[in-house]
Amino acid sequence: MKEPLISLQGIVKKFPGVLANDHVNMELYPGEIHAVLGENGSGKSTLMSILAGLYRPDLGKIMVSGVEQKFRSPRDAIFYGIGMVHQHFKLVEPFSVAENITLGEKDSFLLSKEKLKTKIHELGEKYGLKINPDAKIWQLSVGEKQRVEIVRMLYRGSKVLVLDEPTAVLTPQEAQELFNNLRRLASANCAVVLITHKLNEVQEIADRVTVLRQGKVAGVLEKNQITAQEMVRLMVGREVALNYERKPSSAGRVVLDLEKVTALNDLGIPSLRECSLRVREGEIFGLAGVSGNGQRELAEVIAGLRRIESGKVSLDSQEISHRSPREIIDLGVSYVPEDRLGMGLVPQLNTMENLILKNYHQPEYSGRWLLKPKVIQKHAEVLVDQYQVKLASLHQPVKSLSGGNLQKLLLAREISGAPKLMVVIYPARGLDIGATEAVHKLLLELKSRKTAILLISEDLDEILKLADRVGVIFNGQLNGEFPIEQTNLEEVGLLMMGSRSVEERIDDNEPACL
Amino acid sequence: MNRLAFKLEKRLNPSPAMIAIVPLISVLLALLLGAIFLSLTGQNPLAVYATMFGEALGSKYGFTETLVKAIPLMLSALGISIAFKMQLWNIGAEGQLYMGALAATWLPLTYPNLPAYLMLPGMAMLAMAAGGIWGLIAAIPKAIWKVDEIITTLMLNYVAILWVDYLVYGPWKDPKGFNFPFTAQFPGAARLPGLGDSRVNAGLVLAVLLAILLAVVFKYSRWGYELKVIGASEQSARYAGMHIKKKILVVLFLSGAISGLAGMTEVSGIVGRLQHGISPGYGYTAIIVAWLSKLNPLAIVLVSILFGALQVGGYAVQVVGVPAAVASMLQGAILFFVLGGEVLTNYRIRRAQRGEK
Amino acid sequence: MSGLEFLIPLLAAAITAGTPILFAALGELITERAGITNLGVEGIMLVGAVAGFMAAVATGSPWLGLLAAMLAGGGMAFIHAILTITLRANQVVSGLSLVIFGTGLSGYLGKNYVGIPVPQSFTPVPLGPLADIPFLGPIFFKHDILVYLSFVLVIILFFYLYRTRPGLNLRALGENPAAVDALGLNVFALKYIYVVIGGMLSGIGGAYLSLAYAPSWLENMTAGRGWIAVALVIFALWNPVRAMLGAYLFGGIDSLGFRLQVVGVGISPFILDMLPYLFTVLVLVFVVARHKGRLTAPGALGLPYDREER
Repeated sequence: MKEPLISLQGIVKKFPGVLANDHVNMELYPGEIHAVLGENGSGKSTLMSILAGLYRPDLGKIMVSGVEQKFRSPRDAIFYGIGMVHQHFKLVEPFSVAENITLGEKDSFLLSKEKLKTKIHELGEKYGLKINPDAKIWQLSVGEKQRVEIVRMLYRGSKVLVLDEPTAVLTPQEAQELFNNLRRLASANCAVVLITHKLNEVQEIADRVTVLRQGKVAGVLEKNQITAQEMVRLMVGREVALNYERKPSSAGRVVLDLEKVTALNDLGIPSLRECSLRVREGEIFGLAGVSGNGQRELAEVIAGLRRIESGKVSLDSQEISHRSPREIIDLGVSYVPEDRLGMGLVPQLNTMENLILKNYHQPEYSGRWLLKPKVIQKHAEVLVDQYQVKLASLHQPVKSLSGGNLQKLLLAREISGAPKLMVVIYPARGLDIGATEAVHKLLLELKSRKTAILLISEDLDEILKLADRVGVIFNGQLNGEFPIEQTNLEEVGLLMMGSRSVEERIDDNEPACL
Repeated sequence: MNRLAFKLEKRLNPSPAMIAIVPLISVLLALLLGAIFLSLTGQNPLAVYATMFGEALGSKYGFTETLVKAIPLMLSALGISIAFKMQLWNIGAEGQLYMGALAATWLPLTYPNLPAYLMLPGMAMLAMAAGGIWGLIAAIPKAIWKVDEIITTLMLNYVAILWVDYLVYGPWKDPKGFNFPFTAQFPGAARLPGLGDSRVNAGLVLAVLLAILLAVVFKYSRWGYELKVIGASEQSARYAGMHIKKKILVVLFLSGAISGLAGMTEVSGIVGRLQHGISPGYGYTAIIVAWLSKLNPLAIVLVSILFGALQVGGYAVQVVGVPAAVASMLQGAILFFVLGGEVLTNYRIRRAQRGEK
Repeated sequence: MSGLEFLIPLLAAAITAGTPILFAALGELITERAGITNLGVEGIMLVGAVAGFMAAVATGSPWLGLLAAMLAGGGMAFIHAILTITLRANQVVSGLSLVIFGTGLSGYLGKNYVGIPVPQSFTPVPLGPLADIPFLGPIFFKHDILVYLSFVLVIILFFYLYRTRPGLNLRALGENPAAVDALGLNVFALKYIYVVIGGMLSGIGGAYLSLAYAPSWLENMTAGRGWIAVALVIFALWNPVRAMLGAYLFGGIDSLGFRLQVVGVGISPFILDMLPYLFTVLVLVFVVARHKGRLTAPGALGLPYDREER
């Protein structure tokens, strides 16, 4: 067997209250695509941050080509040929692609654009990664940004490329293209590390997989041993229901009705364009789409947080287009935003204070001037118990809660108001399998109580599991809509990118989604 | 490249012991630093401190003077705390105080014969309105266009001070005042009554009552809850349907109004007329008081007295040849240590293994 | 008095009056580009002014005075750096305490220097043939050497920011420190360096007041110029050339008031003195309103950076 490029030996990393990595060993060989699989919180991101020099391990060794090296900063990691593509891209948005690629490089004092462009072009040719060096980052689609990150690492001479959840934000077609590129890199003798929690991806592309559970290596599987059942067993340590029992929807009257709604995003550019959409009582409408195609704006328009330029929003046939957020809340619209902490919940406030965020003004919780602390505390105790939120104390600021508990707390508040309409964005993002299951069950239960639910997600699996009807949003418009029985994954993927293919979009350098 | 041999580790919960101890230690460390500085510049630190605190706290006269200085500090700091709660950085208390003093002065100068029961409330209302409007001038562009209130409130301080100067050097100058920059003496009806025979005036009672009221508002009221939510996360507040713009206007108005009241108690309770330099920077010191008190109204009452003492002590040491500026130097240093010390309440310092070369 | 006779000295005075603000604004600009807001400029300028003055009196050399001002300004900014970068303290409050501390410290140190002359100050040096260019010459090229230095500094800073590699890193630092960190640059060291350099420039701004503009020491002699410099950075949209134009505009307003007094319009000097402050508020409101609150401020301005924040 060849000598490993990198070998991690006995890595330990502690965070306050968490043992993120517990004596982890791993070896990376040239030419392989190595998947690191684990649930959220299993320690895979921490391990990779150690490899990238961002965190320093408390114990353990990193061997590069058989020699122990200390990584004290990302500079060292880059020096030893390790390039990291983070899940949250480390790109400077107002800069051009070329500026981002040369950033941090130690070369000439003056910037030389021409030399840089030539080299980017050469790399692009060699690995089949085409990018326009003059485009500004904010103009690019997510897939293109990812390509910039990869090219940047190759430009810095990386032999080991680490990608953290690279397909989380891509369409199936974009993901396919990424995999082709990664294959090409591996055959050029690079080692590619793929951090993921998606089993099908691992099966499709990985040569070897290391499974982490609770900070430890639960097992290493070679290509011929990789099966979904085995991976789940290692990852979760128990059997998991891969599908829910679905009750047919008894969809009734239309609750939410959007008619040709146009709205601007924060930059003042139209991001909803005459978008029309209907959600009925007792159904889950799953809205698929690559994030940044107007989802956030759509949700905010419904919640009254964003002004609409034209069109009409109705709730139960009553127009709510220009109502204030408070009026819309009081009419029975719940909204679970994508920023759990910072929008949905206030990090510095405690559980009791967060649970009355939307109804503190109602006579139940306050008089004309003063709050009713006893009622508020009782209310919090009941909800925390009913929704099984795990917390140390009701008086503790919620920022110290885990992602799963935050989401449960948020859903507890939003569901307890018995809403007519519930808008949820990316409800399971960043949650582990257990928490995801709990969140999904809450939504299905809410549906059975006749609430109309608009589920906005970029995770097609989630939509297929929960939705009764599926719509695709692209470029601020509803780009197709089907009942769940007629939904075809391939077609949804194509619609998510508009009718045009990836190649076309890159060639004419058009900003993909504004 | 230096590697620090320790690292900060975030505490899951702020340490309650540290919240109380840090301000105390900060004051002591600042005094220690001040002592080193004093001896470096050829002073005897013990003698200087003895003069400072002996004067400010040791005699009945000194202590009443300390309370006299504490009144405008309390009022301004209470005003500031309302704005700071909402993360509105109103550093215009000084100007709002001047405007309050100016507006309060207008009434006795224009209608000198009003009876006290009309005069005093009238002066207070005018002072609060003027201080409030001064805050509102910064609040309106903040609410509409998000114009940085730090700079606008601060610039307005200079404008207010110059306005008062214009009046006391010009149209409002006392004709019988030998050309000194002050207005005529107020009639008796325009003077706040004192407590006993001291110079401490009824403003102290007002400030303490206001502190208690604010403590209740911050902790138990709907309004205070909204303030807390908006201050912690504007996004969440919008999401919860709160009216942020309206709140910015109301909060800066109130904040300015309370500082304006401090201006009224100064001219009416202490000086008895409007004059050049009516405040030696109370509005700025009050910022430190508010922060040191962690925006807790009851703590503000106590910390104001400490800082009043520092102010009185600053004047006292001038007699032994030390510049009064030593007081504001110490104030700044206290704040440095408090800020640095806050790290101890939120983080735990741990030794990290040194990266070998 | 003809228009030109009034205008040329006014514009020349605008430059002189604008120069201390310009130095301070450039310092703040660098600091904010690195992602740190330092509201302590007023205090730093005062400490720079007094340190420069004391050193010039002690040594007889204005240049050593300038050096002392830089060191003092850098030292003040270093306190801010420790508090905000390492200890992650609130940047607003740290800056404010710097103002209060600086006011006190400068008042304390300068007590015995009020009203005494400086042995040698920076005096105007006409710049050879350039000074003879009609109209432009007397406006731009009959100043002291620090004014010329500020011209050069603006050009260098512009070039540095937009054409060099360290300048690219500096811009990225304020936009997205995580990106800079991931690429192997030392975010903390860089922030420290730029905050301290920013303080040094503010120190020079202060020394310009006590060694060239006045030249003397007076308690609180900056009279809000430090704050105007902070506002100017916003007005300049973080661009050094715009900062220069803005500084001269403020200098112009400042000297206009003074000149109107001399000419004898019947307005109280106190009212005329309000002009720069009112103007600052108006300009700030105007610029921010015109950009509808979407300013090109560095993306991560004012946020503490913590790599292991989770």
